[in-house]
Amino acid sequence: MSQDPLILPRRRLLAGSALAGATLALPGAIRSAFAQAPLTMGVIYVGPRGDFGYNQAQAQAAAAVKKLPGVKVVEEENVPETAAVQKTMEAMINQDKAALIFATSFGYFDPHMLKVAEKYPKVRFAHCGGMWTEGKHPKNASSYFGYIDECQYLAGIVAGYTSKTKKLGFIAAKPIPQVLRNINAFTMGARSVDPSITTRVIFTGEWSMPVKEAEAANSLIDQGVDVLTCHVDSPKVIVETAEKRGIFSSGYHASQAALAPKGYLTGAEWDWSTPYAAQIKAAQAGTPMPNLLRGGLKEGYVKMSPYGAPVSAAARSKADEVKAAMLKGGFVIFKGALKDNKGGTVIAAGKSIDQFDPELEKMNYLVEGVIGSIPG
Amino acid sequence: MNTPAAAVFVEAPPTPPAERLRGLGDALLPAAAALLITVLLFSAAVALAGFNPLEVWGLILMGGFGDAFAWQNTLQRAAPLVLTGLAVALPAQAGRVIIGAEGALVLGGLAAAALGLPLSTQAPPAVVWPLMALAGMLTGGLWIGIVGWLREKREVNETIASLLMSFIAIALFNQMVETVLRDPASLNKPSTRPLPDNYLLPAMPGLDVHWGLGVGVVVAIVCWAVVKLTPLGLALRVAGGNPRTALGVGLPVAGLTIGACAAGGAAAGLAGAVEVAAVHGAANASLIAGYGYSGILIAFAARFSPLGVVPVAILVGGIAASGSLLQRRLGLPDASVTVLLGFAFVALIGCETLRNRKT
Repeated sequence: MSQDPLILPRRRLLAGSALAGATLALPGAIRSAFAQAPLTMGVIYVGPRGDFGYNQAQAQAAAAVKKLPGVKVVEEENVPETAAVQKTMEAMINQDKAALIFATSFGYFDPHMLKVAEKYPKVRFAHCGGMWTEGKHPKNASSYFGYIDECQYLAGIVAGYTSKTKKLGFIAAKPIPQVLRNINAFTMGARSVDPSITTRVIFTGEWSMPVKEAEAANSLIDQGVDVLTCHVDSPKVIVETAEKRGIFSSGYHASQAALAPKGYLTGAEWDWSTPYAAQIKAAQAGTPMPNLLRGGLKEGYVKMSPYGAPVSAAARSKADEVKAAMLKGGFVIFKGALKDNKGGTVIAAGKSIDQFDPELEKMNYLVEGVIGSIPG
Repeated sequence: MNTPAAAVFVEAPPTPPAERLRGLGDALLPAAAALLITVLLFSAAVALAGFNPLEVWGLILMGGFGDAFAWQNTLQRAAPLVLTGLAVALPAQAGRVIIGAEGALVLGGLAAAALGLPLSTQAPPAVVWPLMALAGMLTGGLWIGIVGWLREKREVNETIASLLMSFIAIALFNQMVETVLRDPASLNKPSTRPLPDNYLLPAMPGLDVHWGLGVGVVVAIVCWAVVKLTPLGLALRVAGGNPRTALGVGLPVAGLTIGACAAGGAAAGLAGAVEVAAVHGAANASLIAGYGYSGILIAFAARFSPLGVVPVAILVGGIAASGSLLQRRLGLPDASVTVLLGFAFVALIGCETLRNRKT
């Protein structure tokens, strides 16, 4: 608890009140209240908390840890990746006495969070992404991230069993490694069921652009796609469009089941309450901050949306079988021989790359079966 | 600008002090009325949502202006807004409504980042910074200058054109940042190569606020002086107020208008360059933060006074800082301060219109 900046000056104040006996004279209840001053943690979101997507997944974790004993949560949404986020972090520290800050948007890390972390070495800063590097970044900063491509692989299996047209659609924001990895895992999951399945991909170029996302969804459905998934900040419009047009959808970030009661199959969701709880535990115990927290299904960093009504028994049993293998450990998604969609070999036969390998974080190809190309 | 017309205007007798005082009252009255209306409307909205208006106003004052930290917070948030307010206020002197400063800002930032990095191996920071600023100003000035030219030479509406040009600018910015200018190490967030740390602009001395504020205030004063005190400024105001008269007395209306648009674009481009040099150290999508659009509100609320944008920008920065505290203390949504700004804006424009109708 010595991490809490609130408690230190008060203790000093009490100890320093040389008018002896003052401390002893304090009623016991007040003294124990000081000792149990809650850990205040701040959570900062780049968009609205209720976006049915990226920010909601973080907000769900904040809501979950709020129930832990001795934890107080302050939150701020729609904070841009500018000097504004630096001031929001400082305001949480100065005005709310926050001792642990979760900066949940990728662009908060460099330079914003690093700068504030150096200025406030006693406060702990956790960032969503995999950027923290030993020796390069401060010890009171850290990264947490999840291997959500495992869930996309499972969602691909479910989509593969469900699709009748054998055409899947993927609406993606930007062609960065994390996004490509999801497109590839989803496609490979589906093609493990039926190798004739293809995934059509459209890049919108922006993390949040609902109009373009709706256009892309309609365009893919017009091309015969009957299962749609995505990697954008808020899948809301895409899932709603799929439902309205009478096709199936697979969610991302958080559950969008409520938006598509008929066509929602499953979804790849984050479970950030795992790293949140780990950081809170360390902060409360006063042990050094864990600087790199990451994991997949097995570690509880990601989870699947519950299966929707249209998912067949065969699909459930196959997906559950692969999920069990992932939970046991040792299931490898990216292994050779793997071809990209231009015919070249990207992973040689016999070679397998496990989830933690940083090589996967440099992914710059679309696998065989994906129709589309990386723009730029 | 030694045209005979300008000379005639300059020689007009000075306004007597009593009249000047009445002028000031006329200017402040609608602002006071607007403030009152805003307070009443927002209090009602807050009460309807189930919160205590007094508590909310207390937090707004505390979060924006309550102590030294609150002021630093406010000024930091206001820093880029002075320049983007000028980006709208300057073309308005020539009667042009420009709403696409966002595009000029991001391209200015991109130019500064693209130029700053190669220069940093050749020259010390004190030389590189002004050159980055110049690159930002030229790029932004050219971009909005084109809008002015389209208006004067091709009769394309400048308001629509500036907005469309802004979309083009952002697309161009993204294309450059994600391809030719991309730092290959910026895997998951495409970005230009970062400036070396010692080439980042430090905070202003004694303040935890970046130089955008200082630069903005100086530029605002210079612009005010040019507009109010020089023959050039007078010619500009005549061209904006009554182009037909201006043409009649031989003023180069087209040149003045295009120049005012370019000056506005240069202010936005400079804002982008400062954001890169003082905050981000590189150009990436974080630069597209909406400062250009906030500038529209600020310039209108300041009634296009180049000096007036400074206090209005600080007020808007303060409200943003308060919004941060309101969210954390009361769990109010981020939109609540947007509602407050909306009320303020509508009330101000409404009171302004009523006053104009009266006279």
